[in-house]
Amino acid sequence: MSSSSTMLTIAMPKGRIFEEAAELLRQAGYQLPPEFDDSRKLIIDVPEENMRFILAKPMDVVTYVEHGVADIGIAGKDVMLEEERDVYEVLDLKISACYLAVAGLPTAKAVSVAPKIATKYPNVASKYFREQGEQVEIIKLNGSIELAPLIGLAERIVDIVSTGRTLKENGLVELERIQDITSRLIVNPVSYRMKDQFIDDMVERLSAVIEGEK
Amino acid sequence: MSKLFMFEKPLGMRDTLPELYATKKQARNNMMEEIEAWGYQSIQTPTLEYFETVGAVSAISNQQLFKLLDQEGHTLVLRPDMTAPIARVAASRMKGEGYPLRLSYDANVFRAQQHEGGRPAEFEQIGVELIGDPTSSADAEVIALMVAVLKKSGLKNFSVAIGHVGFVNALFVDILGNEERANVLRRFLYEKNYVGYREHVKSLPLSSIDKQQLLNLLQLRGDHTIIAEAREMTENSGARKAIEELDLLWSQLECYGVTDYLKIDLNIVSHMSYYTGILFEGYAENLGFLLCNGGRYDQLLEKFNRPTAATGFGIRLDRLVEALGETPSSTPISLIIFSQERRQEAIEIAREKRENGERVALQDIAGIEDVDLFTSRYQDVAYCIGKPGKENNGL
Repeated sequence: MSSSSTMLTIAMPKGRIFEEAAELLRQAGYQLPPEFDDSRKLIIDVPEENMRFILAKPMDVVTYVEHGVADIGIAGKDVMLEEERDVYEVLDLKISACYLAVAGLPTAKAVSVAPKIATKYPNVASKYFREQGEQVEIIKLNGSIELAPLIGLAERIVDIVSTGRTLKENGLVELERIQDITSRLIVNPVSYRMKDQFIDDMVERLSAVIEGEK
Repeated sequence: MSKLFMFEKPLGMRDTLPELYATKKQARNNMMEEIEAWGYQSIQTPTLEYFETVGAVSAISNQQLFKLLDQEGHTLVLRPDMTAPIARVAASRMKGEGYPLRLSYDANVFRAQQHEGGRPAEFEQIGVELIGDPTSSADAEVIALMVAVLKKSGLKNFSVAIGHVGFVNALFVDILGNEERANVLRRFLYEKNYVGYREHVKSLPLSSIDKQQLLNLLQLRGDHTIIAEAREMTENSGARKAIEELDLLWSQLECYGVTDYLKIDLNIVSHMSYYTGILFEGYAENLGFLLCNGGRYDQLLEKFNRPTAATGFGIRLDRLVEALGETPSSTPISLIIFSQERRQEAIEIAREKRENGERVALQDIAGIEDVDLFTSRYQDVAYCIGKPGKENNGL
C-alpha cells in the first residue's frame, strides 16, 4: 500500500479515459493543476490534495491497485472482466461508455471448420463463446484487431466498440453485443479499510457529480 | 514446456536465505510466545491429507489445491490450511478431551496460485483455533489475541475489521425471500463488485424501501457507531440477533482494551459459505494484501462427526514480515581460521566462546578457496595459524 495513511495514490489510465476521468475529478472539487492533462510524467504529485497520480496503461491499472502500490484506480469494466483481479469495484463513473461486441465481415459464415476469434480480451472471449456453447479458437492480439478478419487470421473479432466508426471504416459489422462497458472506480482491499474516510469522501463527491449528470 | 534449468523450483515455491530466515524466526518466536502465554497448545499435523476428507471441507477452493495420488490411488492434497486438519484432530485423536480446546499452530500451507506465476504457493501460517465454545467470549478472546500477537510481532499500524455473516444472510433472505436469490447478491459482495451489487438491487422487483435497505448495507462500515446504525436499519429478528452479538462482542473487546485497532464492517464476506457468525480480517499499512483473517465456523466439526462451535484466526507470516519492513540486525557470527598445528587451541577458544553464548564458526585454512571472499561475510575474524602459541589475531 502506498506510503502514508493520509496520502492517496491513484492509478489513472493513459489515453482515451484519462481526460474524462480528470474532468470528473475536477467537477468533484479536486484541484488538479492545469499541466496535469498534457504532462508526460508518469507520476504527478498534487500536494494540495494529498494525492499522487500514477499514469499507467489501462490494462495495468488493475494490477497496480491489486498490489496496493496504488490505493485507487480508474479502470474500464472490460479490463476488470478480462483480468479478474481482487479489488473493490466501488463506483460506476459512467464515463468512456462503449461495449464489448463480436464483429466480422458481413459475408462471414457463422460456421466454419475451425472458427477463429481474434481479440485483445482472450478471457472474456473464451468465456462468452463457452456460454454460447460454441467451440472457437481464440487468438490473442495486442491492437488493430480489425485487421484480423480482413487478412484472414480470424473470421470474427471480440473488441470494444464505442462509435462503430472503426468497424465501419474497415468494412466490418457488429454481429453480437456482449456487454456494456463504462469506467469504474476501483479500490485496493486494504486501502478500502485502512484509508476508509479518504475513500468514502471521494466516492461521495464523485457520486454527487455522476448522479447530478443523469 | 521448455527444458528446466537445474536451479529452478516449482512455480510459487521459495527458498528462504539466512537473513530472511532470521527475520521470520524472530517474528515467529515473538508471536508463538504470545499465543502460548494465552494458554494455547501447539500441535502438528501431516503435510498430506486426503482430498475427500480434509481437502473437501477446507475453506480453500478446489482449483487452489495441490493434488497427488498415493500408491492405492487415493487423491491426496497438500494441506491448504490448518483449520480443517485441526478440526479433524479435535474430533478424533483428542475426542476424549473436554471442550473447549485451545490449539495453535505454526505451519506451512499450500495453495496453487491462479494469477501471475511466482506468487507464493507455499507459505507459513501462524494461528489458533478455539474449539467448543459457542459464546461471544470465545470470539472476543480470539480477536484480542490476534491483536496482541500482531503487536508482539512489532507491527505498528494495523487494523482489524469485524463483521457478522448472520446480518447479511438474514437481511438478504428476509428481503429476497429465498436462499437462492440471497446467494446471487452475496456473490457480488464476495467478489467485491459493489457496482454490480447496486445494479442488481435496482433491477429486482422490490419495494423502494427494501431496495434502499439493501443499498444502505454497503455503507455499514466504520467505527462502533455502525452497530447502532445497523440496528436501526432492520427489524428482522435474525439480523437483529447478529447485531446484538456484535454489540456484546464489542463491549467484551473493550475489556481487553483493543478497540483502537478495530472497525466494524458488515460487508465482509470472506467466503461464500464457510463462516457462520462473527468474522474478521486484518490489514497492515504498507501491505497491499490481506494480512490475517478468521471467524466462527460452527459447521466444520460436524463434518468430522463431533459437532461443536469453533472460532480461530490465521496470520500469514510472509506478509507480516513484509509489513514489518526493517530486518532486525542478525546475531553476529565470529570466525576462527586455524591451521593444522593449532587445531586444538582453536577448538578450545571456540568452545569457550560458544559456552558464553557467542556464535563461532571454525574453519580449517586448508579448506578455504578464497580467504578474502570467505572472511568478508564475518564481522570478527581470528586466526590461529602457524607455530603454536604465536598470537596473530587480526592478521
